[in-house]
Amino acid sequence: MSQVVIRIPTPLRGYTGGAGEVAVEAATVGEALASLGRRHEGVLERVVDARGEPRQFVNIFVGGRNVRALDGMATPLAEGDVLAIIPAVAGGGA
Amino acid sequence: MTRVLRLPEEECARLAAWAARAYPHEACGVLLGRREEGETRVAEARATRNLRTDRARDRYEIDPADYLAAENDAARRGLELVGIWHTHPDHPARPSETDREFAWSGWSYVIAAVTARGVTELRSWRLDGERGFEEEEIRA
Repeated sequence: MSQVVIRIPTPLRGYTGGAGEVAVEAATVGEALASLGRRHEGVLERVVDARGEPRQFVNIFVGGRNVRALDGMATPLAEGDVLAIIPAVAGGGA
Repeated sequence: MTRVLRLPEEECARLAAWAARAYPHEACGVLLGRREEGETRVAEARATRNLRTDRARDRYEIDPADYLAAENDAARRGLELVGIWHTHPDHPARPSETDREFAWSGWSYVIAAVTARGVTELRSWRLDGERGFEEEEIRA
């Protein structure tokens, strides 16, 4: 288990009492997000889908890399890693 | 009560310059600042890359790496990422169906209508629960 920090994007801070960072102990990305979900009700459903994978409109980065390009939710975490939840920001004029 | 977005003139001018330069393609970016009771104060508007090069005239998607860099910078400076801006080339500055589909609550969404002559309209919107987008007033 490693001590890691999860960065919470502004639109989800309503679920974390306004906190922009949450520290958890976890060995993988999946474990870290599960721990976040246990501590702050409602946030996990906004981040992962029913299969436990990152939702379509959410990216999860560890050390500046998208976990979709790594091992997904099984991506291992090292002591001091920062896991960033990044909302997909999109739209357009038509 | 109508919410207010405080957008300093110099940040508004930077945004308009990016919008005009990108035309006829969409431009997009983030707003760093602080949220206060009843209003949001923008400290800096920042341009980001648009990943939708396949439909750059009517779609935008902010590069997640640019988003992360902006959020990290905001945290270092004691600021928050308080909003998103993008342009509507040759379309009004109102949220489209695509904008609604992707919107997150809690942010200000600034939309700039832009033509070959430059920005013609600048408006700001917030997603308010089930009620959809509500306009907020932009002041310097």
